[in-house]
Amino acid sequence: MTKEAILDLQGLSKSYDDSIAVDNIDLSILPGEFLTFLGPSGSGKTTTLNLIAGFVEPTAGSMLLNGAPLEKMPAHERNLGVVFQHYALFPHMTVTDNVAYPLKQRKFTAAKRAEAVRDVLKMVRLEKYASRYPAQLSGGQQQRVALARAIVYRPPILLMDEPLGALDKKLREWLQMELRRIHRELGSTFIYVTHDQEEALTLSDRIAVFNEGRIEQIGTGKELYDEPNTLFVGKFIGESSVFEGSMTDGRFHAGGKEYWGSGTVRDGPAALLVRPEKLSISDEAGSTLPEDLTNWVIGEIEDIVFVGSGMKYTVNTAIGGAVAHVPAERAVDTHIGDHVRVAWHPQDAKLLPA
Amino acid sequence: MANAPDTTQFSALSTQAIKSGSAKPNSQRKKSRGNGTRNLLLILLPSFIVLGIFYFYPMLTILVGAFTDPQVGLQNFQWFFGEQVNVDVLWRTLIISFWVTVICVLFAFPFSFFLTIVTPRTRGLLFLIVLVPFWTSMVVRTFAWVILLQDSGPIGEFMKLFGVQSLGLIRTPTAVLIGMAQVLLPFVVLPIYATMSKIDTRLLTAARSLGARPSKAFVSIYLPLSLPGVASGALLCFVMALGFYITPAMLGGSREAFLSTLIQGQVQGLAQWGHGAVIGFVLLFVTLVILGITGYVGKKTGGSVQDMVGGSKA
Ligand SMILES: Nc1ncnc2c1ncn2[C@@H]1O[C@H](COP(=O)(O)OP(=O)(O)OP(=O)(O)O)[C@@H](O)[C@H]1O
Ligand SMILES: [Mg+2]
Repeated sequence: MTKEAILDLQGLSKSYDDSIAVDNIDLSILPGEFLTFLGPSGSGKTTTLNLIAGFVEPTAGSMLLNGAPLEKMPAHERNLGVVFQHYALFPHMTVTDNVAYPLKQRKFTAAKRAEAVRDVLKMVRLEKYASRYPAQLSGGQQQRVALARAIVYRPPILLMDEPLGALDKKLREWLQMELRRIHRELGSTFIYVTHDQEEALTLSDRIAVFNEGRIEQIGTGKELYDEPNTLFVGKFIGESSVFEGSMTDGRFHAGGKEYWGSGTVRDGPAALLVRPEKLSISDEAGSTLPEDLTNWVIGEIEDIVFVGSGMKYTVNTAIGGAVAHVPAERAVDTHIGDHVRVAWHPQDAKLLPA
Repeated sequence: MANAPDTTQFSALSTQAIKSGSAKPNSQRKKSRGNGTRNLLLILLPSFIVLGIFYFYPMLTILVGAFTDPQVGLQNFQWFFGEQVNVDVLWRTLIISFWVTVICVLFAFPFSFFLTIVTPRTRGLLFLIVLVPFWTSMVVRTFAWVILLQDSGPIGEFMKLFGVQSLGLIRTPTAVLIGMAQVLLPFVVLPIYATMSKIDTRLLTAARSLGARPSKAFVSIYLPLSLPGVASGALLCFVMALGFYITPAMLGGSREAFLSTLIQGQVQGLAQWGHGAVIGFVLLFVTLVILGITGYVGKKTGGSVQDMVGGSKA
């Protein structure tokens, strides 16, 4: 994997006086992939991006761009594209001049500049706004200008730090689709930062989950959803029920009962993670459930929400909160405050260290 | 004023509103807002009166005087433009004011930039250094420069150590430039700093990511965005410099006379009020022309910049 990587981060670290922002990150980024840094606030996503862009100097580690060391190269020589959350458009220049700016730095002729600007504005669907100033554009339009400016010189890698963070939901979803299309059309490598897991799942080929300056796990959205390595990843990607207990002699117990799940965990505190659509709800006796649902727990319904495709139950149990998505045809007649049995197949549960 | 009928109408309305409960809260509110504007004008009235008596009336007297003193006609203007000395002084006033402005901008620009990058504590201290002279009397400050710049002053004595006998600084255009630039510096620093402090420096980071060397990023992004501040600082400085009196009179020789010096000579020395008035008229005219030109140019080129500076924080 390392061999074909376009960008290779090795033992990359950045510490400030009182804190470690990025802690020994190893990461191989493949050419043409859409990779997302996903993590909670302060987990080091922006810092990692700034290290790659050259705005921040690493305290340790190295970066290789197509095999060549990157960390000593000044930002303006790296030839990477960067899109900022705050757009960073030059207010005194028109859209055209903003987009032509990187081309001027690269000594393109006026004719070539005009052609490239026209093409890229077409790609982001802003041809009509070429002579406007940034202040005369909406937030979504400004961000598309910023995107055009960052891709007009065809950088091999495009870095984006929460570019849609300041936009409303509708616009964000539309621009997500636009980004996917532009990624396909350009074929270049995109590195994207977000703390919105839905956005990460929508956009990415692979997701790197950040936590406290480290990469907790990296993989496709499906891998992270189905096979989280840690409880943090499991909780961060998608919804889940977490039942807390402990491992003793290789067996998992919670609330005085033994449960089974996939994965091996050393003795000590542990948790069982089950996705909402894998849970079934029934009366306390479990009369409506198939026989083989051997893993179950009794709890009290805290909330029932109709979510279109079915019902979403929130259940408080002695070993943790459960969230169950039950398709409409299997929904049961229960009410808030009722005691119910929450059950699942052992193979749908993931055993993780807590 | 015609206030009374309105007031009655208003009270009639409110009683009506009270009678019919909340029947017409809207029209009532509208009415009281109209009253609010009138009250505001009433509050401003005293200052209008003061301005009128102590500012517009004297100015009007001068403007009229230029055409009427000692008799009605254009003889005062013929006198001003007829004598080469007067035109020379006008020209010199413009030239020296121009160079004072250039010097002030050259100092104020880097100084203001420095103000934006230091810690708030240092910034406060640096501001104090610029502003302290600003709070002392103009006469005291100018005398200080006389003492500093004369041949027997500290600078002169210091240079004598190197065998320079007489610097000949005092009573030269250089002395006038130094003295005036020091007085006017704060007026240039303040608008430039105000503009610079609003510039989003993250734009420079963006420029670097797009391939611009740091120096190129500064010239192509920071400099144009700071220009509105430079322009207003320079304009303020130039217009104020045109009217200087004490500094050129005390630091300059007879050949550094400003228009104001000329006015003083005509009015106090020769009791030629008409001549004084016509010089004042010319000074005002030049100032208005300059304001007009900058306003026009500003609208043509800077209008968009102004728009954008507000928008950059979006
Ligand atoms: N210039 C700095 N000086 C000191 N500490 C910093 C600096 N920049 C970042 N940090 C710290 O490094 C850590 C990581 O910050 P970073 O901006 O990379 O987080 P992030 O994952 O981008 O978070 P968010 O989602 O909120 O943008 C934080 O704890 C932050 O306080
Ligand atoms: Mg961030």
